[in-house]
Amino acid sequence: MIEGEAWRRWVYFRIPLALFLIFLLFPFYWMVITTFRPDGELYRPWRAVNYTPFWTWNPTLDHIKYLFSETMFATWMWNTMFIALASTVISLFCGVLAGYALSRLNFPFAGSLGTGIFITYLVPQTLLFIPLSEIIRNYKLGDTPWSLILTYPTFLIPFCTWLMMGYFKAVPKELEECARIDGASRWQAMLYIIIPVAVPGILSAGIFAFTLSWNEFIYALVFLSSPEQKTVPVGVVSELIRGDVFFWGPLMAGALLGSIPVAIAYSFFVEHYVSGLTGSVKG
Amino acid sequence: MATVSIREVHKHYDDFHAVKGVSLEIKDHEFVVLVGPSGCGKTTTLRMVAGLETITEGRVLIGDTVVNELPPMDRDIAMVFQNYALYPHMSVYDNMAFGLKMRKFDKAEIKRRVDNAADILGIKDHLHRKPRQLSGGQRQRVALGRAIVRNPQVFLFDEPLSNLDAKLRVQMRVELKKLHQRLGTTAIYVTHDQVEAMTLGDRVVVMKDGLIQQVGEPLDLYNTPANKYVAGFIGSPAMNFADVIIAQNGSGLVAANNAIKIGVPEHLTAPLGAHVGMPATFGIRPEDLRIADGSEPSTQTFEAVVEVAEQLGSEILLDVSCGPNSMVASVDPTVRVKPGEKIRLAFNPKRAHFFDGTTEAAVRG
Amino acid sequence: MAVAASTATPERVIVPKPKWRPLESERNLAWLLLLPTMVLLGLFIAYPFMRGLMLSVTDSRVGVPGEFVGLDNFRKLAVDPIFHAVVWNTCLYTLVTTIFKLALGLWLALLLNRTFKFKAFTRAFILLPFIIPTVLSTFAWKWMFDPTFSVLNWMLYQTGMIRVAINWLGDGDLAMLSIIIVNIWRGVPFFAISLLAGLQTISPDLNEAAAIDGARPWQRFWHITWPLLLPVTMVVVLFSVIQTFADFQIVYVMTGGGPANATHLFATYAYQLGVGTGLLSQGAAVSLAMFPILLLIVIAQLLYIRRVEVR
Repeated sequence: MIEGEAWRRWVYFRIPLALFLIFLLFPFYWMVITTFRPDGELYRPWRAVNYTPFWTWNPTLDHIKYLFSETMFATWMWNTMFIALASTVISLFCGVLAGYALSRLNFPFAGSLGTGIFITYLVPQTLLFIPLSEIIRNYKLGDTPWSLILTYPTFLIPFCTWLMMGYFKAVPKELEECARIDGASRWQAMLYIIIPVAVPGILSAGIFAFTLSWNEFIYALVFLSSPEQKTVPVGVVSELIRGDVFFWGPLMAGALLGSIPVAIAYSFFVEHYVSGLTGSVKG
Repeated sequence: MATVSIREVHKHYDDFHAVKGVSLEIKDHEFVVLVGPSGCGKTTTLRMVAGLETITEGRVLIGDTVVNELPPMDRDIAMVFQNYALYPHMSVYDNMAFGLKMRKFDKAEIKRRVDNAADILGIKDHLHRKPRQLSGGQRQRVALGRAIVRNPQVFLFDEPLSNLDAKLRVQMRVELKKLHQRLGTTAIYVTHDQVEAMTLGDRVVVMKDGLIQQVGEPLDLYNTPANKYVAGFIGSPAMNFADVIIAQNGSGLVAANNAIKIGVPEHLTAPLGAHVGMPATFGIRPEDLRIADGSEPSTQTFEAVVEVAEQLGSEILLDVSCGPNSMVASVDPTVRVKPGEKIRLAFNPKRAHFFDGTTEAAVRG
Repeated sequence: MAVAASTATPERVIVPKPKWRPLESERNLAWLLLLPTMVLLGLFIAYPFMRGLMLSVTDSRVGVPGEFVGLDNFRKLAVDPIFHAVVWNTCLYTLVTTIFKLALGLWLALLLNRTFKFKAFTRAFILLPFIIPTVLSTFAWKWMFDPTFSVLNWMLYQTGMIRVAINWLGDGDLAMLSIIIVNIWRGVPFFAISLLAGLQTISPDLNEAAAIDGARPWQRFWHITWPLLLPVTMVVVLFSVIQTFADFQIVYVMTGGGPANATHLFATYAYQLGVGTGLLSQGAAVSLAMFPILLLIVIAQLLYIRRVEVR
């Protein structure tokens, strides 16, 4: 589609794309460089001589060591991982079954239930965190991982259901009809035929749900209080800022390390993630 | 193997009456084809036999068992779908074995049956492949294999050949026919293609608007269609029609409109007597028309203008206009005519058809 | 059964009693499959929503079960200058970021829709701001906007664009600008990738046919690409507007609502009231105040989407 001389390619394509990449990726570069930069270089006024913000000649692991020795960072990582995995599994279980029912079965109120799920999909977490915190306290779930494992599905299930409905709709209905004629019950047809066929969709929903729960902040902030229960984002916020003193080195190290599991999961399933993302906005 | 009885079956979807009282007795070992345009209720009827649609009214029996309330899994039938419906995540072997596994056959028996079916269908070399690695014809065979391993009471086919290209379709048609002759399983086959219906069916059921128009052996439908719809649907190129008025002419009858005036053949004079002064439709198949050589009585000829001559090699199809009607005549390949030329066509009076002007039912002698 | 009666010989007909298979009924199976979802959503969405409504008409505080006070909390909000600022801030924040996210996202999507080397790779990297936990990446921005050690100031100074340091987060308007920039940064990938998916469903034949008909690139975009992309665009905007309107993380980390409440949004103000100062009922009232506005946005957009799709 690109016509004309080389300069057009530069002006209309390469330079804008490069600028976009710099804008989108620079904060991560800044995260990395800060993590490995000694404090002496970090807190140097920006008009000082020999100020080289984009590089360091004295890389250090001090900030990472600080993170693991002075804070409970390892525990936070484990908590976050456990909570994200558990809530993803619960949400997938519910979302796959509900998505199957809503997309492939005829029953009264199927349409309005589908709309209801779509609407809960649009309810932001920040709308309900205050009454939820009360309920969590009443159920004696406060300050336990279960407070998050049980509440994260509220925004993950609608998403998984919506996504799975899209996938299930694309599977020809003859597949399960054929299975039922072959001697399978409706339940077996779903279990042995339709769900295996929708595995790519389940992977997409799973990877997306995993990143969403790893990303969640406000419920974790409100429901958890003791340091050993916290997730990475909450731990970093509450334990690496003292009053208005920011420990920038460990903060950035924490941000970097806290991002790595999601980044790894993402890198393995980029295509599934993208199809989850685009599937989530399709009707 | 079993008989299938469909008795006064109706199907309503909300406010759409899809099947309006269909009754059909299918004998053991019989191959019956349901044919009709899309929306005629043929597929719905088949799906009610399969148990995929509930039966609003009426009864379906397989053997002597009323199956209305049985889920498909309990009906002991097999079905081949238009899009094959192969399980994409399973190998060919597992696709064919699935129905047997569901019915808890032991492993050795499953293997014996699958191998046997694969042998019959010539797909032995592909058993470990996934469906997406197969060609259209191979997929079709796997779908057939999945049906035959189970040795069910009845085979159901829902337009199984319509996803194949024309050449392969002819080939698979022959194979299907051979397969049925070999296995002898009762079969119900749905198609919109009348050629498939004529070549495959022991009996053919023509449906339209949720009703059966005619049931019969293929040649019966061709030679003695029950009404104008069946006459036009069966046969290719289709039967020619001309709307005419029946009039008395001495001792005989004539059928005429502003372009043609033909004598009613003797064997139809009596039954058409009641139609004098009333509209009717004259029907004649293209192969029953020929260029008049002057030996025929003029009551068996009419004039037409050639529009197009289609050379098919073994014959020539003449598209002609005859007053308000277009007709097709299949004539000898040696005939030389030019577009725009006026010709006289003669018809075979023994094979002329007349249909009632209002009911469209055939008038027979 | 007229036909059955008319058969000459009386025949043997078996009407089997079907086995009891409750899950062969679509209705039963559907309800069973939906049960876990409905329990969880009922317990943790519907019930809290009702609780929130009840809270907002009492004067509860943490540890103090409140008494019914009617609409007092909402009346208080109506005359609360901070709440007025919150409404204005949230609308401004949502409007400005959405416009920029759409424009930049569309531009990026059009760039990515060409074929070039490392395309898959580039696309994967572009999504990073959307993947990485927002709180963590926002800290990187906060560090970049640090009043004393800002790398942005250094760059602007080196290029001669400023003479003195800008106190990004210390001034109300600049702080608002900062959080807007971070929100745009986080949201552009989502727009770009979703719109790219939409672009890829448009057959290149259409653009080629238009090009043969003599349409210039800009005309082709305006008359072909944009109208065909509109349904996807509307849905993406809907999602983004809701998320942005209810945003919490970016503001909480960047400014905490300051300086002097200049950047408070609904969520951060509700948090400050409900969790910070323990005024549960007032906090609940603030977050519930989002609901009618969100509902209006959703209804308006859904109606519009339906109209676009019908066309």
